[in-house]
Amino acid sequence: MNIHEYQGKQILRQYGVAVPEGHVAFSPEEAVKVAKELGSEVTVVKAQIHAGGRGKAGGVKIAKNLDDVRAYAKELLGKVLVTHQTGPEGKEVKRLYIEAGSDIQKEYYLGLVLDRETSRVTLMGSEEGGMDIEEVAANTPEKIFYEEIDPVVGLTGFQARRMAFNMNIPPKLVNKAAKLMLGLYQAYLEKDASIVEINPLVVTGDGQVVALDAKFNFDENSLYRHGDIVDMRDYDEEDPKEIEASKYDLSYISLDGNIGCMVNGAGLAMATMDTINYYGGSPANFLDVGGGATAEKVTEAFKIILSDKNVKGIFVNIFGGIMKCDVIAEGVITAAKEVSLEVPLVVRLEGTNVEQGKKMLNESGLNIIAAGSMADGAQKIVELVG
Amino acid sequence: MSVYINKDTKVLVQGITGSTALFHTKQMLEYGTKIVAGVTPGKGGTEVEGVPVFNTVEDAVKETGANVSVIYVPAAFAADAILEAVDAELDMAICITEHIPVLDMVKVKRYMEGKKTRLVGPNCPGVITPEECKIGIMPGYIHKKGHVGVVSRSGTLTYEAVHQLSQEGIGQSTAVGIGGDPVNGTNFIDVLKAFNEDEDTYAVVMIGEIGGTAEEDAAEWIKANMKKPVVGFIGGQTAPPGKRMGHAGAIISGGKGTAADKIQAMNAAGIEVADTPSVIGETLIKVVKEKGLYEKVKTH
Repeated sequence: MNIHEYQGKQILRQYGVAVPEGHVAFSPEEAVKVAKELGSEVTVVKAQIHAGGRGKAGGVKIAKNLDDVRAYAKELLGKVLVTHQTGPEGKEVKRLYIEAGSDIQKEYYLGLVLDRETSRVTLMGSEEGGMDIEEVAANTPEKIFYEEIDPVVGLTGFQARRMAFNMNIPPKLVNKAAKLMLGLYQAYLEKDASIVEINPLVVTGDGQVVALDAKFNFDENSLYRHGDIVDMRDYDEEDPKEIEASKYDLSYISLDGNIGCMVNGAGLAMATMDTINYYGGSPANFLDVGGGATAEKVTEAFKIILSDKNVKGIFVNIFGGIMKCDVIAEGVITAAKEVSLEVPLVVRLEGTNVEQGKKMLNESGLNIIAAGSMADGAQKIVELVG
Repeated sequence: MSVYINKDTKVLVQGITGSTALFHTKQMLEYGTKIVAGVTPGKGGTEVEGVPVFNTVEDAVKETGANVSVIYVPAAFAADAILEAVDAELDMAICITEHIPVLDMVKVKRYMEGKKTRLVGPNCPGVITPEECKIGIMPGYIHKKGHVGVVSRSGTLTYEAVHQLSQEGIGQSTAVGIGGDPVNGTNFIDVLKAFNEDEDTYAVVMIGEIGGTAEEDAAEWIKANMKKPVVGFIGGQTAPPGKRMGHAGAIISGGKGTAADKIQAMNAAGIEVADTPSVIGETLIKVVKEKGLYEKVKTH
């Protein structure tokens, strides 16, 4: 789960990480009010969307007076920003962050991420701040430094200092930078983040080390213990079908094809997409109904697939392990009856209680095309959709 | 022969009184798995499906000699359940539970360093040595005793591959689901090593998916060490970057973890990679025929 920059900075403040003064605004009037209260010489008007690359896309403006603030706020609110992370359709700006300007001396990069190879959280830092860190990693990998964190002791003082020295933070600010890193790690840990990125981290003219941006991503599996993070979720930033799916614990991702897929197991769901593609079709979604799916969940999954107007046919591919085929069959039958099913439906069932499931589908009186295998089902649905 | 588990394995079910665990305990017992104990704190002294239930793993091990545990405990408590299994010095803990917070697993991995127990999973279908011992949630009937080892990050995709093999008369020595989470216990290389050393495994099917570099690492290991033919499949060839495809570990990020990279690394290591999951079985047959092993892996 992602949150906005201003929400990330709220979390950082709780952990003693220095961030500039600022406040969220939903209208030009609010933006001006916030700017007035800040009373800073320069005010930054920042578009809040869940995507990086806002600066390059014109989503960050420097205002010298309140009239500028109003004008920029008017310009940005409602504007569709297209960045390298939004996709070509872009994202509409609905919130602004109004922040006091900083006297930037130098920009750095700081990040925390899980290293899958070591199964440890790793602190990453570089003096190449303000740039796309993936580019830095590709072009000048020697400029990125890493500190692997032992979960028993956490990020240690010496590691944080070593990182600060490696990043070429001015020596008299190293302790401030190290303290910031320790706070950042604490935030990562206590909020169950999966990524935290500060890009840029800056050193200011008055000798402060400040997080000028904040990108947080949280582990979805941990949200049950973080009500405060769940409250920060901005549904405007997410696909409505994906939101609906998450209410029923379904893992759903919209794609741009026309064949709806309902599969159990993430691996099989991906492989089903691959197979549809292989036979010349194009999947409309990734949908894993999961292990412990009930008939109700399956019904909802069906409704979500059908709410996508591009869907011209559905392929249900189930290999039951935890998932019992009779439960899938019951869900498919209920859903097909509830929503008038007008598109072809190909069903392939295998696994636990398969005979019972097949019998239920056969006796349902519904127009369901049975498939003998995944390849058979994929070919049939591709043919039917045309 | 087989790897990890066999007919003598004494199994303990953690969280045995939950509904999923109960369903699968019945299935495992029907398959012939020796389930000697269950653990649910507070339910000690009772019995389910004829299996005695204990309050702690320690008690269960002491009373029954269980050596492998299977964990069906809900995600919020699963990490603790793994720690309990490790503390009781079981040979192996197989964690079926999905959605365990990743930072919980980071701690678990650290705790396990230098300890005796091998962890398989979490978020995995389990381990099966056909016709001897089934531990997990896989449908038993699709498996057939034989000589092909299967290792996979995905549950249902493993069933798909196993089903194809069995239908072609190719049995399996052991099938191991290592799970789809970014932090897990046993990795591809661990299982490949075990298959390499197992006298009864003649060939291996390795099923990976997008995300991370476990397949690339495994390919490198295979190139240097593997004495037996390996065929593979990678799920997610058409997955868009930046999207988590169900499994927490299945995500292409920072340009890393693409299917194309993995397939390239596997091909470079001499691993034949199936174009679609439907031809994993066919691909294996083609390769074992080339190596003159077909008669040996075909179950008569």
